Amino acid sequence: MGLQRNNVLPGFGMTMGYSIVYLSLVVLIPLAGLLIRVSAMSWADFLRVAFSDRALAAYRLTFGASFLAASINAVLGTLMAWVLTRYRFPGRKFIDALVDFPFALPTAVAGLTLANLFSQTGWLGQFLVPLGIRLAYTTGGIVMALTFVSLPFVVRTLQPVLEEFEVELEEAAATLGAGRWCTFRRVVFPALLPALMTGFALAFARAVGEYGSVIFISTNKPYVSEITPQVIMGWLDQFEYANAMAVAVVMLSASFAILITINLLERWASRFQR
Amino acid sequence: MSIELRQVSKRFGSVSAVEDVSLTVADGELVALLGPSGGGKTTVLRMIAGLEVPTSGDLLVRGERVNDVPVQKRNIGFVFQSYALFKTMSVFDNIAFGLKIRKTPPAEIQTRVDELLKLFGLDGLGRRLPHQLSGGQRQRVAIARALAPRPSVLLLDEPFGAVDAKIRQELREWLVRLHRELHVTTIFVTHDQEEAMEVSNRIVIFSRGRLEQIGTPREVYEQPKNEFVARFIGVLNVLELTILNGAARLHELSFPAHGLPEGQTLRIGFRPYAVQISRNLQEHPYLAVIRHVYFLGVQLRLELETPSGLILRTRIVKDEFLRQGLEQGSSVSFQIREYRVLSTGANSLSPEVATVHSAATFAEGI
Amino acid sequence: MAGGIPRGPVAATNIKSRRGIEEPALIRRVLIGIVVGFVGVFLLLPLANVFAQAFAKGWSAYVQALQQPDTRSAVLLTLLVSAICVPLNLVFGVVAAWAVAKFQFRGKALLITLIDLPFSVSPVVSGLIYVVMFGAQGFLGPWLDSKDIQIIFAVPGIVLATLFVTFPFVARELIPLMEAQGRDAEQAALTLGATGWQTFRHVTLPSVKWGLLYGVILCNARAMGEFGAVSVVSGHISGVTETLPLRIEKLHQEYQSVAAFSAASLLAILALITLGLKTWLERRQATEQALGQSDSPSSHEH
Repeated sequence: MGLQRNNVLPGFGMTMGYSIVYLSLVVLIPLAGLLIRVSAMSWADFLRVAFSDRALAAYRLTFGASFLAASINAVLGTLMAWVLTRYRFPGRKFIDALVDFPFALPTAVAGLTLANLFSQTGWLGQFLVPLGIRLAYTTGGIVMALTFVSLPFVVRTLQPVLEEFEVELEEAAATLGAGRWCTFRRVVFPALLPALMTGFALAFARAVGEYGSVIFISTNKPYVSEITPQVIMGWLDQFEYANAMAVAVVMLSASFAILITINLLERWASRFQR
Repeated sequence: MSIELRQVSKRFGSVSAVEDVSLTVADGELVALLGPSGGGKTTVLRMIAGLEVPTSGDLLVRGERVNDVPVQKRNIGFVFQSYALFKTMSVFDNIAFGLKIRKTPPAEIQTRVDELLKLFGLDGLGRRLPHQLSGGQRQRVAIARALAPRPSVLLLDEPFGAVDAKIRQELREWLVRLHRELHVTTIFVTHDQEEAMEVSNRIVIFSRGRLEQIGTPREVYEQPKNEFVARFIGVLNVLELTILNGAARLHELSFPAHGLPEGQTLRIGFRPYAVQISRNLQEHPYLAVIRHVYFLGVQLRLELETPSGLILRTRIVKDEFLRQGLEQGSSVSFQIREYRVLSTGANSLSPEVATVHSAATFAEGI
Repeated sequence: MAGGIPRGPVAATNIKSRRGIEEPALIRRVLIGIVVGFVGVFLLLPLANVFAQAFAKGWSAYVQALQQPDTRSAVLLTLLVSAICVPLNLVFGVVAAWAVAKFQFRGKALLITLIDLPFSVSPVVSGLIYVVMFGAQGFLGPWLDSKDIQIIFAVPGIVLATLFVTFPFVARELIPLMEAQGRDAEQAALTLGATGWQTFRHVTLPSVKWGLLYGVILCNARAMGEFGAVSVVSGHISGVTETLPLRIEKLHQEYQSVAAFSAASLLAILALITLGLKTWLERRQATEQALGQSDSPSSHEH
């Protein structure tokens, strides 16, 4: 790359200009608008709203459920990535394609069908509810919906890493006496860890921001089963713009923090590459 | 540790990688598996390791059949061509890996790894990660790792493939010294015949999944069993002769007919040292011009061209070359002192390959 | 990159025969069983359930539900919004990718991060920022009011919000792709006398066509399915500012289960088509790479 002549190709000015203008109009200015409006609030007011009991309850639920969902996906996602990369079985390609389904399906549909499926009269609910497993209109349901929408992130982040994993490392471990589980634990997993953490962070970020599917499957009661986006919505409905914005800024901060973490993780992951 | 293969074959689907190979390796030997790419030598190595399972045949270690023994239990050391170091572990942890698996006490691990670090010239690098090492260092870590658990046999897959030519030379000598010091039975795979010749006690030559010959370096050079081995080891001049008027001929060259009928073809081969040249154009029966001189140090490699356009390769010591006042473009006379019959007719591999014939003074009068 | 578009299945060409070191067959089967079972229950069942509930009262009820005027408007509105947003973001994606991939400049990483921004913002917040901007109490609220322009609680607001959330899709696909392809081909075209536009049309565009299509498909899927952001700006006025996802919510709230699921089935079909196209495109791209006709982001070194 080094001494290559830059900018010999035409169109730089035009394309850069257009890109920046478009980016500003659609993304930057509106975002800045929010930040400006919020900065008009006094610190005291901001903190009062942003950390009110209702908001705190929502944060607990949002981050807690998202963490749980991302963790479940971390375990299941690793398993799925392993099975899909390493084993051959009929229908493998079909299942592999299906992993993207939560990504392609609109969240409202996801929420609607999951709530129905696990409700008392649903296909699965009719068996599970008598057993005491209530996954509709409960916190468990929220976790489940979040697991659903963030499912692809761990699997898809791990798959390329597993695919490119040198089989010879596992063979080397075997020649040194390590059994399969031992090899996985000591050789394969440490190499997967960076990608796994990146996938976890991606899934977590997705879950934290999720709105559509949770609305259908939660009872949305303030202080009890209300996720953070719903708090914002609630205040918007009541035209309490300032409150809504305050909480929105908290959410934005969290998003950016996760974003930075993901970037750092990806940089850490490439540390071990030759 | 004596290793024995009895009629071992390996098929991948419909492709036969190894066919009917039988060989033994004695305790403490340093054996090279040599052959062109795809010849099956790596597959044989991996079968000995347990990384592949033979399709048929028996693999014996100290007289016991080990086909079904999993690789973890075979107590072998394997060095991969790409080294396969564990990227997330330090040099120390890499080398210690096999010992940790065997639940060796930490103090013992420490001693053993330190010992190896010293032996392999890796002092002070214990805490480094693989990506912080040079290629040569990585390779030594790979070998140290394989040797740490004191395996009964050390297997190396093209150990010097990825290294610069100069370093390769040093590493070869180092491997020979190591083997002498540690007395571990060692088998390594290479496609470089010079390497095999230099390093090993015995060479096993593979081609297309079949075993062509086993022997000491000297044996396979001086007594090749067939044309493939003769051509693969060292340099061979090959001539295709036709029986005409009672002699095997090609242009102006003629050789004994070996009792073959008129019109039959005969392939012969001879080493460069078998070609004798002289400035004196009367001394030998045939004439040629020195087309090219390759300076290799003490020896010179010469390309001779006959008036009819045949190219022959020969070698001569520099002093002799100078003493005779030769140079590129000089005219010389030459004769072929000894040769081997490679095949008669179209495809047959003659058993006479190992037999060397003296070329007669056949030039006159035929 | 953060906030990723998960890449779909890759051709399984490196499953080697590793006879010496595999898990015991029993373990393999159990693990496969768990995964298949999980996918079946967690992914397939919900999908099937959509259709089951939509047709719970038979085919005619299904058709009737879809023919409800408000539902029809919702479908049309969804299509309209998509028809506006996808091309706009497509153009942006191409232009931005050209700027980023074919030139060297400071702040490139920053630009890419900014393009990725909408991915990290929660949908509700995405809608909120437009309310703050254009709402009655927003920055431009009074001015818009004076001109009698409705953005929030009207279609333009929905378009804007959708534009925001689908902003990065095409760009994110094209940037790494075009970066991997380098500038050599374009520079060669220049030496042969082509103008910038000709170069772009005949050299660049054909080589990124699959990536482009891929980005468009994902962009469209998101545009049609977006819920949170649109929910904030739309005002939920049935027949006017209800997109299909919002319509589904409304029907659900009114306990019209069959109608809700019928509308949902349309989006489910869209999802399946999206998946199918995605898979087909990935396979197409993989074949072309294998034949050396096109490049993968990983096959290039700089």
